[in-house]
Amino acid sequence: MKKNVYITASSCVTPLGFDVASNWDALQNNLSGIKKHQNIGQLESFYASIVDSNKLDLAFSKVESNHHFTKLEKMMILALKPLVEENKISKKTAFIFSTTKGNISLLEDKKVSVENAQLAALAKKISAYFGFEVEPIVVSNACVSGILAVSVAKRMIETGLYENAFVVAGDEVSEFVLSGFNSFQAMSAEPCKPYDANRTGVTLGEAVAAVYITANEDELKSNSFRIIGDGAVNDANHISGPSRTGEGLFRSIESAFKEAKLEKNKVKYISAHGTATLYNDEMEAIAFNRLGLQNVPVNSLKGYYGHTLGASGLLETVMAMESAKQNRLIVSKGYSDLGVSQEINVITDNDVIEMDYFLKTASGFGGCNTAVLFEKVS
Amino acid sequence: MEFNNYISESCVIEDNAVFLSGENSFILDDANFSEFSKAVYKKFEIEYPKFFKMDNLSKLAFLSAELLLKEVVQSNEQENDIAVVFANRSSSLDTDVKYQESIASKDNYFPSPAVFVYTLPNICIGEISIKNNLKSENAFFVFEEFPAEFMMHYANNLLESEKAEKVLCGWTELYKENYRAVVYLVEKTSSNSFSKEHNIETIKQLYTNTLWTL
Repeated sequence: MKKNVYITASSCVTPLGFDVASNWDALQNNLSGIKKHQNIGQLESFYASIVDSNKLDLAFSKVESNHHFTKLEKMMILALKPLVEENKISKKTAFIFSTTKGNISLLEDKKVSVENAQLAALAKKISAYFGFEVEPIVVSNACVSGILAVSVAKRMIETGLYENAFVVAGDEVSEFVLSGFNSFQAMSAEPCKPYDANRTGVTLGEAVAAVYITANEDELKSNSFRIIGDGAVNDANHISGPSRTGEGLFRSIESAFKEAKLEKNKVKYISAHGTATLYNDEMEAIAFNRLGLQNVPVNSLKGYYGHTLGASGLLETVMAMESAKQNRLIVSKGYSDLGVSQEINVITDNDVIEMDYFLKTASGFGGCNTAVLFEKVS
Repeated sequence: MEFNNYISESCVIEDNAVFLSGENSFILDDANFSEFSKAVYKKFEIEYPKFFKMDNLSKLAFLSAELLLKEVVQSNEQENDIAVVFANRSSSLDTDVKYQESIASKDNYFPSPAVFVYTLPNICIGEISIKNNLKSENAFFVFEEFPAEFMMHYANNLLESEKAEKVLCGWTELYKENYRAVVYLVEKTSSNSFSKEHNIETIKQLYTNTLWTL
C-alpha cells in the first residue's frame, strides 16, 4: 500500500513580502515585485523582481544576530525558520534543496575560493544552521527544480527512506544569469506578459519558498494538501528550446493523472510555467489542448515575481495552495489578449471558485518538464 | 517494500580509461580530457557531430551513457522508456567559471548563449535524451559524495511506480581535469549473465572498484 504524502506548511520570502499572507494580499491587490533597475554589470537598465536588501536585513536581524550570510542564505534561513520551529527534525527527515545557480555571484569576487560557489556547500551551510541530520539532497534541474523537489520529496518518503522532508527552493538575480538570458535575447524590455499577444520574453526575479512534507497523518491540518501524482519527463528534442508539440509536458501531466487515478475534469486550476517567451507559452498551450485541459483556469505568476528559476516551481505551488485554501483565483498579471495559437483559459478575474484539485507544471532548459497534482484535504 | 531489480550494464570512465561492465575497454596515456574524450569518440565509432559542441561535463556524461546504451538502445527511431537519474559534486561549475570569465571583463565582455546553456548540470541529461530518444523521467542531483542509498531508492521508486521501464543511474563529476563517470542500468529482470542484484552493496562496489566485474 502506497503511503499518502502531504504538504502541511509553507512559507516564502519574495519582494512582495516575507510570509505567505503578505504575498497573498499583494497578489489579490495586483501588486508586482517587478521594477526597473539600473547598472548591473554591462546592463544599463532592465526590469527584475528583486528583494530589497535593507528590508531583508531588518527582518533577518530579528531572527539571527550573526550576519555572515549571503543575501540568498538570509532569504533561505528566513523562509525555513517558521517551518523548522513548528516541525521536528529527526534522522528520518530529508532536507531537499532546490536551486539552479545558488551563490553563483560569489564567482565575481576573486578573493573568494571557487569552492564556495558549489551548490552542495550552500546546501550544507543551511543544513548545518538548522541542524539537519542527513545529507542535503540538492535538486538542480534547471527551471523545473522547485516543483521537481516536491516530487522528489514525495517519492523518497514513499520508499520509506524518510518520514518527512523540509523542501527549500531559492535563486537570486545575478549578473551571471541576467547576462545569460540577455545573450539568448530572451529578456523582455518591459515587465513580462505571459500568454499575451504582445509578450517579448522573460523578466527575471529572486525569491525563496519552503514547505514541510510528511506522511504522518497526525500532522495534518485543516488546509493540508496531498500530493496525488507526479511526472517529470524529458522532451528529447532540444537543449535550449521546448518541444513544439509539448511532448514532455504532455507526458509529465499524463503520468501525474495516471498515478492519481483522477479524471481530468476534477482539476479546477492550473498553475503553469508561463515564462512569456514566445516558444514556452505556445508549447504549454499546445500541451494543455492535447490533454483537453484548455478550459481549466490557468495562470502564470511570472508577472508578479518574474522568473525566479529554481525557486519558481515551489513559490508558485505555495501561492497555488493559498489560492485553493481561499477558493479564489489569482489573476494572470500582464495578460490582456490571447497570444498563443490554441485557446487556453487565462485567468483575468480573481473569481471565487471551489477548488479541490489543482495542477502545477513547469518546463526548462535541457528539455525537462514536471507536473504535480494536488488534492486539498478536507 | 522489497524489490528484486537488477543492474545489467555499467560504464566507468576515469583516469583516461573506459571500463565497460568491469572490463577495461580503452586507455589513453598522457592526454588531457579534451584529447581523451575525442579519442573515445573515435575509438567507439560514435557518429554524432553535436558531440563537439558540448561542454566537458556533457561530453563525459554523453560518452558514458552512449557506450552503455549502444548495446541496449537498438534504434532511436523507436522510443526507449529509460529514465536518466544523474548526480555529481560540482554541478556545472566547470562551465560556470568559464562563463564568468567571459563576462568579467568590461573590455572583452562576451556572454555567449552557446556557453550559457551549459551552465546547468541537467543539460547533459538533455543531450543523452535527444540522442537516444528518451522521452522519459529525468532528474539531476548534487551531492558531495556519491549517494548510493538515495540513488537506489529513487530508481526503485521509478520502476515500482511504473514511471520507467529501466533507469540509467550515474555519477558524472567533472571540474577542470578531475573527472569521473560511473553509470549503470537498472531494470526489473535479470537480462544477461552479468546481471547482479540492485542493492547498496553492489552499487558501492561498482562505484569504488573500477575493475569489479558485474
